[in-house]
Amino acid sequence: MIILTKEHYRRILAHALDSLPLEACGLLVGSIEEDVKIVKKVYGLTNMDQSPEHFTMDPREQFDVMKDARKSGLVVLGNFHSHPATPARPSAEDMRLAYDPEASYLILSLRDQEKPVLKSFRIREREVEEEPITILSGNDSFEEKAFS
Amino acid sequence: MIVKVNGNEVVLEKAISLKELLVVQQVRTPEYVTVQLNNEFISAGSFEDTLIKDGDEIEFLYFMGGGQAL
Repeated sequence: MIILTKEHYRRILAHALDSLPLEACGLLVGSIEEDVKIVKKVYGLTNMDQSPEHFTMDPREQFDVMKDARKSGLVVLGNFHSHPATPARPSAEDMRLAYDPEASYLILSLRDQEKPVLKSFRIREREVEEEPITILSGNDSFEEKAFS
Repeated sequence: MIVKVNGNEVVLEKAISLKELLVVQQVRTPEYVTVQLNNEFISAGSFEDTLIKDGDEIEFLYFMGGGQAL
């Protein structure tokens, strides 16, 4: 399971909407307690592909996030990206390019912008398993940060 | 010798290459990781020829990409 706040969700959604018509991407940082991932920070990253159909994260920004997380005693839990025109499920390309078996892969569908859909998946050797998401209403102690 | 890998101290009994270090770190797809050695990017083609020295700081992360691919 992965837990985030409404503020984190709002940040992911805002980054995705701001990036349209391009795909947006970013990283989720937090802690893991008894197999539950708790998001504490959301980072919007640059889509180096600048494409409405593909994304590649900037490795320099990825390293910056990883080091920033470590300084705070946190870890990178996974990533998110948007699907501007398709459902919130991993595409064949998403599965092919999912190399981190420990990461959560969140996909935000903007196919219906009035009703965005956010889902999380674990992908191991192209086997996809949906991961439950809990979105908390409070945002008291959680931070949020972004490069863009 | 002692090196740091993604912030964690790792003890190595002998000098090894970056390529061998990724094996030690159980990276299944070394061709899809990006590596920094002492804050400098190392190209994948140089993993085999780059030897780790005592005190080196190595960071690696997986390529992250994908997309809806209409």
